[in-house]
Amino acid sequence: MKLSFKHKIIFLGLAFMAAVALGLMKGSVDLPLGKLLSAEYRPILMLRFLRIVMAMIVGSGLAVSGIALQAVLRNPLADPYLLGTSSGAGLGAVIAIVMGAGQYFLPASAFIGAIVCVVLVYMIARQGERTPAQSMILSGVIVSIALSGIIVFIVSSSTDEALRGLMWWIWGSLDIYDVKLVSLVSAIVISGTAAIYAFAQDLNAMSIGEEEAKHLGIDTEAVKKILFLATALITASLVCVSGIIGFVGLVIPHMMRFVVGPNHRVLIPASCLGGAILMIVSDTIGRTAASPLEIPIGVVTAVIGAPVFIILLKTRQKVI
Amino acid sequence: MEYLLQAERISGGYNEDTVVRDVSLSFARGELAGIIGPNGSGKSTLLRLMTHVLHPSAGRTMYAGADIKKMSARDLARRVAFVSQDTTIHFSFKVWEIVLMGRTPHLGRMQFETKKDFAIAERAMELTDTLHLKNKEIDNLSAGERQRVFIAKALAQEPELLFLDEPTSHLDVGHQIRVLDLLKKLNKEKSITIVIVLHDLNLASEYCQRIVLLDKGSIFAQGSPEEVLTYENIEAVYKTVVIVDRNKISSKPYVVLVSGKELCRPN
Repeated sequence: MKLSFKHKIIFLGLAFMAAVALGLMKGSVDLPLGKLLSAEYRPILMLRFLRIVMAMIVGSGLAVSGIALQAVLRNPLADPYLLGTSSGAGLGAVIAIVMGAGQYFLPASAFIGAIVCVVLVYMIARQGERTPAQSMILSGVIVSIALSGIIVFIVSSSTDEALRGLMWWIWGSLDIYDVKLVSLVSAIVISGTAAIYAFAQDLNAMSIGEEEAKHLGIDTEAVKKILFLATALITASLVCVSGIIGFVGLVIPHMMRFVVGPNHRVLIPASCLGGAILMIVSDTIGRTAASPLEIPIGVVTAVIGAPVFIILLKTRQKVI
Repeated sequence: MEYLLQAERISGGYNEDTVVRDVSLSFARGELAGIIGPNGSGKSTLLRLMTHVLHPSAGRTMYAGADIKKMSARDLARRVAFVSQDTTIHFSFKVWEIVLMGRTPHLGRMQFETKKDFAIAERAMELTDTLHLKNKEIDNLSAGERQRVFIAKALAQEPELLFLDEPTSHLDVGHQIRVLDLLKKLNKEKSITIVIVLHDLNLASEYCQRIVLLDKGSIFAQGSPEEVLTYENIEAVYKTVVIVDRNKISSKPYVVLVSGKELCRPN
């Protein structure tokens, strides 16, 4: 059976609403649908609602960043952390903790670490007036490995108890410890996503080839710079509040290409929905499956995402 | 004569390697020209340098009297289209999506295609006989079909000048003739100026009004097929023995390859 395009979008929309409903109902206390809006549950509902918003922001932001990098670098394995934001933010956070961080000092330091790292990766990859995709990828990988080494060195040579708290960073968490910070991050992610969407047609041309795009009058170096910056801002701000959540940014773009095709005009909004759905469902499972214990969300995304992706891959026989 | 594109003493290449040296070359409005030459003689590089996709290390290109360097990439893309040699792509775009990409230089950022753009894309598909492939995925097409789709994309740009880099290299003889017949038709009926890089000397002879023969990054000879495709020129550049006959139908020069003969010329 082949679903028409319209049906696919409706299906995605319904799946999204189902995910939101599931996220609101399930938790340490199960709220039945009928009592969801009654006054006694208002505080719990608010808390879960905030967490769903957070999941949407994180899922959409990571998915859209993944799409942009995969298209610009023409590499199906590109994920949002490829440019070194995760290790940059990690190092920033470790330094902040070792120096004795205040409430906003830690996320700020992580954010700066991520941005500095991306700029460094870009500068290493630059060859004259060009930044070839391959050298961008290589430079990203190398800088990440180097920084991870430094992080491990600092952590292992320090006796600071607080560094143990860094575990959540590695597998991610949607715990909201500051609403103001989350609003700021949401603003960055939404404007970054809008900026990337403005380049949807350029991404289409660039995913065919950089030269093709140039022949269509696209200033590919400028587009790359803008998109690297947009993805860096999105992932850096997300890393500050949710840690490193793998898999979403890599797999959702591929899944959505299976569903709606590679046209970025459609792929970007579809991936926002897809990323949000995967994050909400994963977070709900993480909160409830082993309650009262919480499973780190990165573990859940990997465990759900991998099999779903393998099924899609096997049924379609096409990588991208 | 009115020149549409004039390259003035351009040189350039990749990194430190100078592939094209000091080439001056002009194309008149409305002509169908061919560029030939052995592997590595700089044919593709010359095309890239002339359109500034690759920046020349020296010299300049004028388009209708204006320096290309001073034109925006978008401005140029509304006038000059390019069909690349390698058309394998890994994303499963639909044929109509690919052709519609040709409208990109005519659209503003965040501006969606209008009915007019769709109509232009459809006409381009009609002309290239790809309309029936409209909803197929590009990676499921044969090489000949894919080539025609990419020509349709270039036509959707509504160019005055169309560059093609070896458009027939992966095609069988039937498709080669169909693609070149199409280009000839576009040149005549739509008065698009066309410059084709070709490997096949006889196709160049048959279809091009003017031929430019490149050797080691410089122009070795240029002129009508009769002037360029002589056995002296071909033997000197390709280092192989040939006999130049006439095509019995078109009476254009016809190059016959001779195997197993050492190249030795009478003094």
